[in-house]
Amino acid sequence: MAAVIRFVHRSTFSCRMGHQCLSSSCSAAVPKSVQVGSSAWKALPERVKIVEVGPRDGLQNEKTVVPTEVKIHLIDMLSEAGLPVIEATSFVSPKWVPQMADQVEVMKGIRRRPGVAYPVLTPNLKGFQEAVKAGAAEVAIFGAASELFSKKNINCSVEESLQRFEEVTKAAKEAGVPVRGYVSCVLGCPYEGKVSPDKVAQVAKRLYSMGCYEISLGDTTGVGTPGGMTEMLEVVSREVPVTALAVHCHDTYGQALANILIALQMGVSVVDSSVAGLGGCPYAQGASGNVATEDVVYMLHGLGIQTGVDLTKVMDAGAFICRSLNRKTSSKVAQASCKL
Amino acid sequence: MGNVPATVKHCLSYEQLVQDFPWLAHWLQEEKEMVPTGVKIRLIDMLSETGLPVIEATSFVSSKWVPQMADHTEVLQGIQKHSHVRYPVLTPNMHGFKDAVAAGATEVAVFGSASETFSLKNINCSIDESMLRFQEIICSAKQQQIPVRGYVSCALGCPYEGHLEPTKVAEVVKRLYELGCYEVSLGDTIGVGTPGSMAKMLHTVMKEVPHSALAVHCHDTHGQALANILTALQMGICVVDSSVAGLGGCPYAHGASGNVSTEDVLYMLHGIGVRTGVDLSKVILAGDFICEALNRKTNSKVAQARGECW
Repeated sequence: MAAVIRFVHRSTFSCRMGHQCLSSSCSAAVPKSVQVGSSAWKALPERVKIVEVGPRDGLQNEKTVVPTEVKIHLIDMLSEAGLPVIEATSFVSPKWVPQMADQVEVMKGIRRRPGVAYPVLTPNLKGFQEAVKAGAAEVAIFGAASELFSKKNINCSVEESLQRFEEVTKAAKEAGVPVRGYVSCVLGCPYEGKVSPDKVAQVAKRLYSMGCYEISLGDTTGVGTPGGMTEMLEVVSREVPVTALAVHCHDTYGQALANILIALQMGVSVVDSSVAGLGGCPYAQGASGNVATEDVVYMLHGLGIQTGVDLTKVMDAGAFICRSLNRKTSSKVAQASCKL
Repeated sequence: MGNVPATVKHCLSYEQLVQDFPWLAHWLQEEKEMVPTGVKIRLIDMLSETGLPVIEATSFVSSKWVPQMADHTEVLQGIQKHSHVRYPVLTPNMHGFKDAVAAGATEVAVFGSASETFSLKNINCSIDESMLRFQEIICSAKQQQIPVRGYVSCALGCPYEGHLEPTKVAEVVKRLYELGCYEVSLGDTIGVGTPGSMAKMLHTVMKEVPHSALAVHCHDTHGQALANILTALQMGICVVDSSVAGLGGCPYAHGASGNVSTEDVLYMLHGIGVRTGVDLSKVILAGDFICEALNRKTNSKVAQARGECW
C-alpha cells in the first residue's frame, strides 16, 4: 500500500459535541464529535426508509433525454425492488428542464404499487396544481440554505422561495397531500462556500413549520464530511425533530456513505439515494453526484438495518437505466458484483 | 523484486495471480505495462514531499512471479529518502528479507492471511507454514533492529471461503503481533466489509491486540471503504492504509475498484478535524503524475472533483 496515514497529533482535536467515548478502547485520535464508541452500534435505527430519487433528481442531471417509456419502466422496476418512496418526476417548466417535459405521461403511465409513495417536485403553486391534476398524491418543495444558490437556481431569494412554498403547503394541506421539504447546500455552496448550520436550521425549521412532514438535508455539491455533517445535524435537530429529518448526500468527494453513517448514528433514519448513482454534479465536470442506492443498501444491510429493499432488483433497475443511457453505473456494488 | 512505489506495486502485484488465475490476464493487461524505474522513483519522491510518514516502496518477491518488481534495488537506492519518512518493503521469506536488507531497506512487512484457502492460493502455503516463514524473518529483523509490520488479508471476507469468523482473524493477528510485528494491518482484501462487519471484527481483534498496534487497509470495491475507516477511527484505530489515486483494482471482480484512495481518505480526515501532517494538494499532484504515466484515470473522487464545486 502506498501510504500509511498516522494521526500524529493525537492530543489536539476539537471537541464539538462532547460525546462520551463509550468504548474503553477508544483512543483520542479523533474528535469527540465523531467518537461515538461501541454503543453507537446499538443506537442505530432498526429500519431505514430509502427515498429513491433516481427517476427525478438522477435523470434531471443526465444529459441524454430519456424516452417516457424508459422512465416508466425504470420506476416500475424500482417499485418491484421494494423501495418505499420513489420520486417520480418534477412539475417544473419543461422550458427549464426538458428532461421532465413528459411529467404527466409518466405519472399516468407508472404502475403504482400499494404502500409505495411517488412524490413529485412542485416548485410553485402552478406546478402543484398540475401535479395534483396529473394524479400526484405527494409533492416535494426545494429550498436552499444559501442565498446565492437560491437566486441562481430558482431565481429568487430564500425568503421569496419560502413564501412560494407556503402557498404550496397551504394548498396541499387543503387537498390532503403530504409535502416533503428539501434544503440544498446544507454542507456547502458552490457560490458561497461554507454555509452556517444556523442558516440551514432556520430554513429547515421554516419548511417544517409550514407543514412539511419531512425535511431532506442535501449536501448538494458533496463537499461535506462526517465532521460537517455532525455539526450541521446537531444544530438542525434542535429545531426540527430528528425523526422528521432525512439526508441527501452527494458522493462528489467520495464522502457520502461515511456522511450517511454519521447521520444514522445521530438518529436520522431516512436516506435519499439514486439508483446507479444517476445524476452527476453540475458544478464539477466529470465528477460524480448522487450516492448510489445499491451502495447505500449494501451498507445498511451489512449493518443489520432493514430497508425492505431487494438489492438484486435495484441492481437490475440500475443496469437497465444505464443501458438506456448508454453509460456506466456509478455504483461500486454494481461494478463489483463480487461473488461471495 | 521491485522497488516499485507501493501504489504501482500493489496494482502490479496482482500479476502474481496471473499464474494461478489465467482468466484475469485480460483484465490485468492494462496493468502489465512496465513502468519505467524513473517513474517509480519520481512517484515515491513526490509522495515523500507530501508529509506522508510511511510509504511502502516495493516488494522483494521473486521477479519470476512478479516481473514488474525486477528493478526493486534500483528504485530503493534511487529514491530520496526523507528523514521523517519510512519506506517499508514487502518480504515474503528469508531470501527476500536478505535481499531487502542488502538493498538498504530499514523496515519490512510480512503478509499473512486469515483464510487458509487464500493463503494456499496466494502464497502457496498454509497459515501455519507462513507463520514459520515470518518467524524466521522477524527473528532476523529483530537482531538487526529492523521493525516488521504485519498484514492480515481477508479480514472481512475471503474470495474463496466467504465470511470469516472474527475469532479466526484475531487468532492470526495475535500470532503476528506476538511474533514481533510492531503493527498489524487488517485488510479487507476484496472490499466486501461494511461498518457492521468492521465493528464486529475490530471488537474481537482488540481483545487480543491493543488498538494502538492495529491499522486498517480497506478496499473500496463495494464503495464501503471510507465508512469502514470511519468506523475504525471511532473504535480507536489511528493508522490507515491507502493508495494514491486509488490505484490497484480488485483482481476478483473485473472492472471493480480496489484500494481506497489516499486523497479521499485525507479529505475525510481533515474534514473531521484529524491532523495527518499530509498536504492533500501535493498528494493530488502525485496522483496526477502516476495516472498520466499509467495512462489511466484516477479512482479518487476528490481528484476528479478538484474543488470545482466551490
